[in-house]
Amino acid sequence: MIEVEGLTKDYGSRRAIDNLTFNAHAGEILGFLGPNGAGKTTTMRILTGYMPPSAGVARIAGFDVVDQSLEVRKRVGYLPETVPLYPDMTVYEYLKFMADLRKLADADVRVDEVLEIVHMEQRAEGYIGKLSKGMRQRIGLAQALLHQPEVLILDEPTIGLDPAQIREVRALIREIGRERTVLLSTHILSEAQQICDRVLIINKGRIVVEDTPERLQAGLSGAQRVVVRVSGDGEEIESIIASVPGVDQVTSTLDGAYEVECPPGEDIRPQLARTVIQAGYDLLELRLISLSLEDIFMQLTHEEPIPPDTDDSEVEVLELEVEDNFEEGQPSE
Amino acid sequence: MRNIWTIARREYKLYFISPVAYVVAFLFLLILGYFFFQGMASAIQQAAFQPYAPAVQMVISPMVTLLLFTIPAITMRLISEEARMGTLELLLTAPVKDWELVIGKWLGGFLFMLTLLAATWIFPIALNFMVEPGIDQGILLSGYLGLILMVSSLVAVGVGISALFTNQIAAFFVSLAVVLVFWLVRPESSTTGGLGTEIMTYMNFIDHYLNFYRGIIDTSDVIYYLSLTAVGIFLGSISLEIRRWR
Repeated sequence: MIEVEGLTKDYGSRRAIDNLTFNAHAGEILGFLGPNGAGKTTTMRILTGYMPPSAGVARIAGFDVVDQSLEVRKRVGYLPETVPLYPDMTVYEYLKFMADLRKLADADVRVDEVLEIVHMEQRAEGYIGKLSKGMRQRIGLAQALLHQPEVLILDEPTIGLDPAQIREVRALIREIGRERTVLLSTHILSEAQQICDRVLIINKGRIVVEDTPERLQAGLSGAQRVVVRVSGDGEEIESIIASVPGVDQVTSTLDGAYEVECPPGEDIRPQLARTVIQAGYDLLELRLISLSLEDIFMQLTHEEPIPPDTDDSEVEVLELEVEDNFEEGQPSE
Repeated sequence: MRNIWTIARREYKLYFISPVAYVVAFLFLLILGYFFFQGMASAIQQAAFQPYAPAVQMVISPMVTLLLFTIPAITMRLISEEARMGTLELLLTAPVKDWELVIGKWLGGFLFMLTLLAATWIFPIALNFMVEPGIDQGILLSGYLGLILMVSSLVAVGVGISALFTNQIAAFFVSLAVVLVFWLVRPESSTTGGLGTEIMTYMNFIDHYLNFYRGIIDTSDVIYYLSLTAVGIFLGSISLEIRRWR
C-alpha cells in the first residue's frame, strides 16, 4: 500500500531523511518510532503530498506522491502533528467543510458517522476554539477518517491526551487498522508496542531497525537479565552472584535487589538459586526480565551506549519520569 | 470549480464573524459618510452663489482612496493565517489544486468587498433624491464597474502577498507598499519616450480608473485590471509552490 524507495529530503544543507526504504501492506499498522527530529514528520509530509522529496520515490496505492499527488491525496487521511483546526468554526461546520473539499456525495451522513466514531456527537454545534486538547485531537482524527481513506497517516496521534483518551484513541486506531493501512509516528515506545504490527525505528533520518515489536524485544536484546532478591545484605552477595558461571555483570538496584546480566539462550536461574542458598542466604525473588523496548530504543538511537560505570539507579529514575510525562501527554523536549 | 466555491464560501462566511472585517467595513462606511456629509454641506454653500449640483464623483473618488487602504487589511490573513495556524498543511494535503485554493481565497475576499460596495449604494441613491434632475446614471454605472475591477485586482494582489507570509501584519504592510507603488508610479516628467516610460505609464493604478470616472468604459482599462488580478493569483499559486519546496 505504501512503497518508499530511497527517499531523501534536504532542508538546505541539513539532511532530514536519508535514503529511507520501507513498505507497508494493506491492513497493517506500521509504527514510526524515533526521537524528536528524527525525520518522522518530514517523511509523513512527503507521503501526504505536502512537500516533494529531494530524491527517491514514494507510492501510495500505486500512485506516485509527486506526479499523481491529487490521486494520492484522495486516498490518504492525514492527521498532522499540530492538529489543523479552525477555532472560529463549529465542529460540524469544520467537518462539513472538509467533506465538501473532498467532494463527498453524502457529506452530512459521513460527518455524523465520523463524529460517532470519535464520540463527539454531543459537541457538534460547539466552537472548536472552546474544545479541550483531547477533543481537538479527536476532531482532527475525525477529519482524517471522513473519506474512508485506504491509507491513514497519523503524526503523533495520542499527544496531549489524558490516559483514558490515549487508551480510547489507541483502541480506535487498532480498530481502523483492521481494514486500512495505518502509518503512525510516536516517540512513546509502549504505544508502538501496543498498537503496531510492525515498527520502524528511525534516527537521524535513517532506519535503524525494522521488525515486529515482539521480535524486537526478544531477538534484538544482546543479553537477558535476571532479577535476584536475597534476604540480608552484604557486599559478598554481589561477589557470590558474580561467581555463578555465565554471569556477565551484577548491579544492585535501588530497592535492594540485584540485576544480573547474562548471555541470551542460557538459563542461569537454577545454578544461581543453588549458589545463593548454599552460601547461607534466603532467596526471596528470582525473575527473568527481557530488555524493554525502551532499552532497545536507547541502545539503537544513541551512538554511545550508557557507560557501564554510570549509577544505574539514577538512570532508571530519570527514565521513569520521562515515561510519566508521556502518559500525561506532555512532550518532553 | 466546486473546490473554489467551497473555499470561497467558508472565507466569505468567516468575514461576518471576524471583528477585523466588521471594523474595516464600519470605518469604511463611516469615513465615506463623513465625506458625503462634507460634500453636501459645501455643495449647499456653493449653490447659494451659482447653480450647482454635486455629481456621483463626490461619492466615488473618496472610495478609490479608501479601497487602497482597506483591501490590504481584508486580504492580509487569507493565506498567512492558514500558514500560522497549521491549517495550510490540511489544505495542501487535501485533493485541491494550489490555484483552486488561491482563487477560492480571492473569490471569498472579492465577494466580501462586493458586499461592502453594495452597501455604499445608499450614498448615490440618497444623492439622487437630493439633486434635480437626479444623478448621471451612466457615470454611476461605469464608476462602480471600475471600482469592482479595481477591487478584483487589489484583492488578488493581497492574496498573492498573503501567501508569501506567515505573519499577517507583514502581509498587510507589504500589500500596502505594493499598492502604493502602483498608485504613485509615474515616469519622471523630464524623461521622454522609451520603454521604461511606457511601462510606468501603463502600470499606474489610478490613471486606468480615470476613464471609468468620466463615464467611459475602455477595453484596455478593463484588461489592465483583469491582468493584474491574474498576476496576483499566479503569484499566490507560485508562493504556495515555493512553500512546498521549502
